[in-house]
Amino acid sequence: MKVLEINHCNKKFGDNEVLKDISLSVSEGQVVSIIGPSGSGKSTLLRCATLLETMDGGDLVYLGEYAAKADAVGKAVYSDKESLRNIKKNFGLVFQNFNLFPHYSVMRNITEPPILIGKRPKDEVYREARVLLEKMGLSDKEDAYPFQLSGGQQQRVSIARALAMKPKMLFFDEPTSALDPELTGEILKVIKDLAAEHMTMVIVTHEMAFARDVSNHIIFMDGGVIVEEGAPQDVINNPQQERTKAFLGRFQQ
Amino acid sequence: MIGIDFSQVWGILGQLGEGMGASVMIFALTLLFSMPLGLLVAFGRMSKWAPLRFLQKEEVKQPVGLGGKIKAGVLGFKPIQFIVKIFIAILRGTPLMLQLIVVFYGPFYLFGMQLPRSYRFIAVLIGFSVNYAAYFAEIYRSGIESIPVGQYEAAAVLGYSKSQTFRRIIFPQMAKRIVPPVTNEVITLVKDTSLAFVLTYEEMFTIAKQIAAKEGSILPLFVAGVFYFIFNFVVAFVMERIEKAMDYYR
Repeated sequence: MKVLEINHCNKKFGDNEVLKDISLSVSEGQVVSIIGPSGSGKSTLLRCATLLETMDGGDLVYLGEYAAKADAVGKAVYSDKESLRNIKKNFGLVFQNFNLFPHYSVMRNITEPPILIGKRPKDEVYREARVLLEKMGLSDKEDAYPFQLSGGQQQRVSIARALAMKPKMLFFDEPTSALDPELTGEILKVIKDLAAEHMTMVIVTHEMAFARDVSNHIIFMDGGVIVEEGAPQDVINNPQQERTKAFLGRFQQ
Repeated sequence: MIGIDFSQVWGILGQLGEGMGASVMIFALTLLFSMPLGLLVAFGRMSKWAPLRFLQKEEVKQPVGLGGKIKAGVLGFKPIQFIVKIFIAILRGTPLMLQLIVVFYGPFYLFGMQLPRSYRFIAVLIGFSVNYAAYFAEIYRSGIESIPVGQYEAAAVLGYSKSQTFRRIIFPQMAKRIVPPVTNEVITLVKDTSLAFVLTYEEMFTIAKQIAAKEGSILPLFVAGVFYFIFNFVVAFVMERIEKAMDYYR
């Protein structure tokens, strides 16, 4: 089953074409990594998929429901607010800079969205939050505030916050770029564990070895287009396109 | 302090007593009205409503992200923001004393309205509240605009509506950030209450001046000065406690 489908996505900032006719689909349980140089459009693609940006053209479909549908001339027409609000429940997003709510304790960061937005019973949400925290190795931190945590711990809280909404899939926007190498490892391990549980994920990352090990599918983007995509071993170890070879050259040495 | 007769000080305090109550009243009611009103003004100041934008070409209209800017130009004109900007400019750019006079005498000289005696106090409150709302609005705006866009984005992805995002995520963080500049304003307000004397409203400073003139002594004004100083000492103490109470996060 396709969880996410993007067809012929176009996006411009002024005269700058950031995304040119991008299409991709993500099936249930699949882990897709998007790699590429800065400015290649990979983060914009993620922001379009998570409705933080609007696409100019194309379709955006979650589990068969259209968040945006191209009209006769290809222009993206977005659904009404209510539908979009429902579609949003399908995905979670983990940010590069965590974006935890600093005035909330760890526990409240995780539990407020499911209670307030998901309208779920308090005790159930708290019980699940404790399970998530244990999984993240943060059981002793539920009353801590974000500023008291390391970057790696903050990122694990933000993953728990996203998971608490029980999304069908998770997006990661360079989840380790704000962390030092030691802390990067702990986040990558959490993502690997999620992959082992068949969580559907789309990961924008600069960690090539990690992308190769964790994903089923790799997309290499440059200049707003998908230059090359395929199985991780093929794209990372044996790229066909010159541009991909140049980008990965550094990594392969 | 040679030559000060303390029985005289007590006498002055007795006469000023009622005026002190009036000063505190102006102070408290002004805060009560101007702080929420300032939030409303701040929203107006940040209004992005541009009714003519639909005439613009598609690619110009498209907002860039959440904190995005829309290209200016005649069609991007934002009437609410414009009006509120002028409102703030006038209130900050002219003396509060003059504004009080306009509020009090304006209805009569401009429209020939006969207002009851009690209007004196209402005029004082309107003048102070509107003026302070303009200052508070700019403080709120600076606070709101200092919250990182990532906070809005995190809330949006989790499904928070705009008003939920503001009430639960943005406002509490803003409140913490604006305590120091608000303290400044509140301290200024304590001293500004003395401006009510231009409308001969019987607050403490007005009475102190009357006694000083009648008795040919500077002592009543000195006592008034001590009153403002102690008042502000208390205000500063309370504001510091508020700041500390919000210190549990960074």
